[in-house]
Amino acid sequence: MSYIKPTFRHPRLPTNRLGYTVADYDGSISTLCAGCGHDSISAAIRNACFESAIPPHRIAKISGIGCSSKMPTYFLGKSHGFNSVHGRMPSVATGASLGNRNLTYIGVSGDGDTASIGMGQFVHLIRRNVNMTYIVANNGCYGLTKGQDSATADLGSVAKGGAVNPFDGIDLGSLAVLQGASFVARSFSGDKAQLEPLIRAAMAHKGFAFIDVVSPCVTFNNHNGSTKSYSETRDHLDAMPLDFVPMREEIRTQYDEGTTQNVTLHDGSVIHLHKADSSYKTDDRNGAMAAVQKAKDEGRILTGLLYLDPDTQDLNQNISLATRPLNELGKDELCPGSKVLDSINEGLR
Amino acid sequence: MKQIEGINDFVVKFANVNGTGSASANHLFAKAIFRMGIPVSPRNIFPSNIQGLPTWYEVRVSKNGYLGRRGGVDMMVCVNPQSMEKDVASVEPGGYFLYDSTKPLASHLKRDDVTYLGVPLTEMCMREYSVPRLQQLLKNVVYVGAMAALLDIHFPVLKDLLNDQFKGKEKLISSNVQALEMGYQFAKENFQCPLPIRLEKGGNVAPHILETPHILMNGNTAAALGAIYGGATVAAWYPITPSTSVVDAFAKYAERMRIDPGSGKKNFAIVQAEDELAAMGMVVGASWNGARSFTATSGPGLSLMSEFLGLAYFAEVPVVLIDVQRSGPSTGMPTRSQQSDILAAAYASHGDTKQVLLFPATPRECFDMTVDAFDLSEQLQTPVIMMSDLDLGMNDWMSPPLEWDDNYEMKRGKVLDGEGLDSVETWGRYLDVDGDGICYRTLPGAHPSKGAYFTRGSSKDEMAIYSESGDDYVQNVDRLLRKFETAKGYVPKPKTHPPIEVKRPKTDLKLGALFFGTSASPSYEAVEILAEEGYPIDTMRIRAFPFHESLDQFIHDHDMVFVIEQNRDGQMRQLIMNECQIAPSHLTSVLNYSGTPITARHIAQQIREALDTRSADIVPLHKETA
Repeated sequence: MSYIKPTFRHPRLPTNRLGYTVADYDGSISTLCAGCGHDSISAAIRNACFESAIPPHRIAKISGIGCSSKMPTYFLGKSHGFNSVHGRMPSVATGASLGNRNLTYIGVSGDGDTASIGMGQFVHLIRRNVNMTYIVANNGCYGLTKGQDSATADLGSVAKGGAVNPFDGIDLGSLAVLQGASFVARSFSGDKAQLEPLIRAAMAHKGFAFIDVVSPCVTFNNHNGSTKSYSETRDHLDAMPLDFVPMREEIRTQYDEGTTQNVTLHDGSVIHLHKADSSYKTDDRNGAMAAVQKAKDEGRILTGLLYLDPDTQDLNQNISLATRPLNELGKDELCPGSKVLDSINEGLR
Repeated sequence: MKQIEGINDFVVKFANVNGTGSASANHLFAKAIFRMGIPVSPRNIFPSNIQGLPTWYEVRVSKNGYLGRRGGVDMMVCVNPQSMEKDVASVEPGGYFLYDSTKPLASHLKRDDVTYLGVPLTEMCMREYSVPRLQQLLKNVVYVGAMAALLDIHFPVLKDLLNDQFKGKEKLISSNVQALEMGYQFAKENFQCPLPIRLEKGGNVAPHILETPHILMNGNTAAALGAIYGGATVAAWYPITPSTSVVDAFAKYAERMRIDPGSGKKNFAIVQAEDELAAMGMVVGASWNGARSFTATSGPGLSLMSEFLGLAYFAEVPVVLIDVQRSGPSTGMPTRSQQSDILAAAYASHGDTKQVLLFPATPRECFDMTVDAFDLSEQLQTPVIMMSDLDLGMNDWMSPPLEWDDNYEMKRGKVLDGEGLDSVETWGRYLDVDGDGICYRTLPGAHPSKGAYFTRGSSKDEMAIYSESGDDYVQNVDRLLRKFETAKGYVPKPKTHPPIEVKRPKTDLKLGALFFGTSASPSYEAVEILAEEGYPIDTMRIRAFPFHESLDQFIHDHDMVFVIEQNRDGQMRQLIMNECQIAPSHLTSVLNYSGTPITARHIAQQIREALDTRSADIVPLHKETA
């Protein structure tokens, strides 16, 4: 793998609405294995932020521990990042979001970080509906500790050493739908065309947005018998393609009747769902559960926007948080002063 | 029989069944004494249970203003047959025993050195009230009425308190006043009132107490107010006794004082987390963003938070944690008090960690030190743990009033905002520009192109770039140690008092006593007792860790130093030995870890014994107590 990242940029790199080039959303060079699915996710996040023209410094990246959680170093170098504690990213993100509600929060986690050690915090994060995008880079194994099965490894999947996984995997997408997440999607690290608009839609969504991304581990889980290898995933993919049109842009593309559904987000952005010939409805929680389960029963991986409630109430609304970020408040707003304290003293006599 | 005598100086204990409404009646009794201007310190000694088990309420009345426990009971008010045998036995010879005489007292409960005062509480209430709940609740008020006559509590004071308590609920006020009068009249008609132990407004109360308009409040409420005044905006917590009321009180005050006038929305956020790990994670996240944030917990919660405390120490994120200690390990005795988290807090987390600790001894200090904790944690960019305990946190303490300086400015520490970043040539998150171990931090979103960095628990270089270089690691952790040295100059200094004059000292040894938190008040009292016996002991009250250099000096200036604390292993003694390189033989433990707060008599006795042993030329390493 390379260890030097070229700094040369084409002088006429295209810019986004704010004048940033995609290079302004780059991070450090990745130290993950060559071909790791996670690097494609990093690229998708970078591109999504560029395309959606979010000022890099107004994004905060938060992660837990593991290969996945190293990712935030590899994108958005102009954003603050926090590589926290294994399985505890949800709580750090919750606190950060309460401290400053005006930033865009991207949480990056893995299947070990979310489905095992962090399961409790993950479920409670959904329950609180914290306004953030939560991406799980899901490869069914523990990479940094050399290939043990994770809790999302599918039943019957064969580990590199030949052991067959005797346990049913935890399906984070279904879990998120069941727990009431307001935005649930699944994608594949190799499907850039689907993943990027999903990330853009997730960031535009006001509330908790979850994307479970199958992201093969080239080193420990990319062999014959693994259900999360590149070839297995590609061969069994049922992808629901989509486009994302942010609120400021005019919808220009015309689609043939009956091939597209539009879903409008709270901020006015629109998601175009293509090939929606089936009866798939993104506002049907039970339907989403059934569709995911049906695909699983057939040995398929259903990807795309599984569920969306654009009008959900996020944590800030649910606790009636004032609009001005808490970290901007000073003594005048926070400290009641000596007269109030005197009256409190009086009440204690 | 010689009856115990004394004006404004005795201990009364109430023995009740929990869940029967006794707590508010007992509180009424204590508050009435407080309103009379007489120093009083009530303590709830309660079970980990909602209804049906024995519970006690001990009220210390002390003309000299000693608010710690004295030891011994002069008068027992017993309305719980479950515990009566032990309760009778615990009365001092010459003491008093008030009981419910509806049923005759069993003969084995009769002592000939105790004055028995039988009040037919149940019978009176059955006769007077038809509703069973009132029969039970008002029984408590009847004995308070009897106590008012027996001890000379001003009746109008009790009435005023009931008026305050049940403001606007006339029916409740009149039924309570009637119950009080019933008990009062009964005592007047049947006993010699007042007893030889009694109250007297003004009287012999120490002048320095009469001069200050004291308040009566618990430490948890004071800490919550400290969080309000200190500018806390995010509180994340998980319910655990005895810390729960910190956040409850914070919520109550915030709902009143932190509503944005324009929108009616909240300028604060309180999250009841799924566990203590998450609570601390939220605090770390909010603080990382520059919002003042805190949590409150107790022993088991502290253990769960240790992982994040290590991260916050190493990643240098401000954190405020209020640890209201209880008896451990594990669930231990969850409603009993101890000072037993000292080592767990001081070295909280894996790897090389040292945490800043504050030790409040009064509600006033709980308030002040919570404000300090927010300033210190941001100035030092590290966790600050305020070590309260159940005794201080949940009991009402007479305290000087809380004071606030309107010129106070929050000390936010070294934070570079957008302009700040533009004004410096180079910036590195972990560059020790000033040489004090404290570097400049930035907040997310501050500047379009400068100041972004990666906060992580992994090792890094001065520019916050991930590094596994041994040199970078050592440089970083050595700087953290330098920062801890800097902290010594920031934290509250220990308190000392001028030496007590002893006319004919019985020893040539220079004696010193060290203590902190709730061990302080009974320690001061024990020192007075021993001074009268001819043992002059100098005192130092520790208020923070890292220790001030004057602590070293104090230890070196004395031949024998007692470390008075409430845990089994002498944790503060160990911390001092470890941090100040003190020989174990120099420090003698004086301990209590029974779960009920340490008493002055116990401390005095332990010191006497240690001195006896010392004079026999054996230096005790460790002294245990039951």
